[in-house]
Amino acid sequence: MSTTHDPGPALSLGLGEEAARWLADAAGRIGADPRALASLFPAAGRVCGRGPVAAMPGWTVDQAVRVELLRALPLTGADLGETLFDLYTHGDAAERLAVLKGLPALEEDRGLGDAGLPVVRDALRTNDARLVRAALGPYGARHLPDHSYRQAILKCVFIGVPLAEVSGLDTRADEELARMMADFAQERLLAGREVPADIWPVVERYPSLLTKVRALLAEGDPHAAAGSDAPRDLA
Amino acid sequence: MRIFDPHIHMTSRTTDDYERMYAAGVRAIVEPAFWLGQPRTSPGTFADYFDGLLGWEPYRAAQFGIVHHCTIALNPKESNDPRLRPVLDLLPRYLAKDRVVAVGEVGYDDVTPAEDEALARQLELAAEHGLPVLVHTPHRDKAAGTRRTLDVVRESGLPPERVLIDHLNEMTVGMVAESGCWMGFSVYPDTKMDEDRMVAILKDYGSDRMLVNSAADWGRSDPLKTRAVADAMLSSGFSDAEVETVLWDNPVAFYAQSGRLDLSDVKPGDTYAGNSIQRGAPRDR
Repeated sequence: MSTTHDPGPALSLGLGEEAARWLADAAGRIGADPRALASLFPAAGRVCGRGPVAAMPGWTVDQAVRVELLRALPLTGADLGETLFDLYTHGDAAERLAVLKGLPALEEDRGLGDAGLPVVRDALRTNDARLVRAALGPYGARHLPDHSYRQAILKCVFIGVPLAEVSGLDTRADEELARMMADFAQERLLAGREVPADIWPVVERYPSLLTKVRALLAEGDPHAAAGSDAPRDLA
Repeated sequence: MRIFDPHIHMTSRTTDDYERMYAAGVRAIVEPAFWLGQPRTSPGTFADYFDGLLGWEPYRAAQFGIVHHCTIALNPKESNDPRLRPVLDLLPRYLAKDRVVAVGEVGYDDVTPAEDEALARQLELAAEHGLPVLVHTPHRDKAAGTRRTLDVVRESGLPPERVLIDHLNEMTVGMVAESGCWMGFSVYPDTKMDEDRMVAILKDYGSDRMLVNSAADWGRSDPLKTRAVADAMLSSGFSDAEVETVLWDNPVAFYAQSGRLDLSDVKPGDTYAGNSIQRGAPRDR
């Protein structure tokens, strides 16, 4: 089996000879029996390393290798989704991240469809900023229903995930999300706390929503004036 | 001073503890899987607990500059509940994880046939997964329980240098020293072992294969007891190097046998000079 596996990924990940051989062999075993994944998936970092991948900014070797292992699964659609959820559920934080980051590739190559959503939803329920951020990659941004997507973005603001690092805002930020963010800004201003600067581009798309926030700032509340990162044109 | 606490149950502790531990010099910890005070009744709650030890808790520790690893096992006390036997079948999947640096805590509590069986099976799993073992010794009838533990470990064929026998005291240290296993001491506010008795044992037995931990959990305990032992060692004439051996090098050497101890994120400790000033002055908190 191992000889039939495409050597391309090992080359583009810059794997050494031993790691490349391990990956080819592991992919062959998973292709023959998906149950092999349960012990191979956690071992990927120990065998192949955890450094950055030069050719793939934002990726580490263990993440990219684990996605290659997922692509070796002879499964599609709902069956693939079930296997991913099982793997994710029993995974440590690094394995969970790799499953989340692999969703777009599996959507493209394996007809995953909506079957990856249970993994995304679970990650969005955690308080681990790394998982929340990964859940809002291109797959989550394409598949989450409107309400869930808005709640997830607002959660990012709460737990400090920069909105520049999540997907889909250009096309999915709607008036309801802007309203939620304006309310959030108001709540923070009344409490004398800082408002994260990255919410303003979303709110500014709907100028009517700015009225209340503007009024708060105009009252000259010392907390609001001191704590706000509101853009200059608001004050 | 850099401190490695080789046995502490952070799941039961607060972020204040993490802050105080960092300030005291703790940079790395191992959290053994154990019982939670309230007995569990289904294997699913173990899976959630193990997931927490591998996901949420290391993430929480990292926010405070502390590197977290764990050990995974079905603990002796809960191995007596037949509803929890399937936990043994969950273990292989968890023992394959990157941040699992030993099988543990295993051992005896009431010394029952069910405990015998769980201990023997988990010693086999340690051999299969190439992991060292953290062994709990019983609180009641400790000397007899420890002797029996050493017999079972010997029969398992595991090399003694891959086994750490924990919660030792004056009664039990001698037999473990002879066995070649590593010796662990849990320093508590008023039970098990205190810092002055610990220093006396170190004077008698030396620092070779000796580990000191706080075993802090949901009971009355103190996550700064590792630092208290370091201070007591220095006050009674031990050198900085000997303190480093017991509180850093030994736990690193023991758990590094797993091949999975990753200390690349450890932040530098404060200086020895800084510590000597801090010891003489009131703690600023």
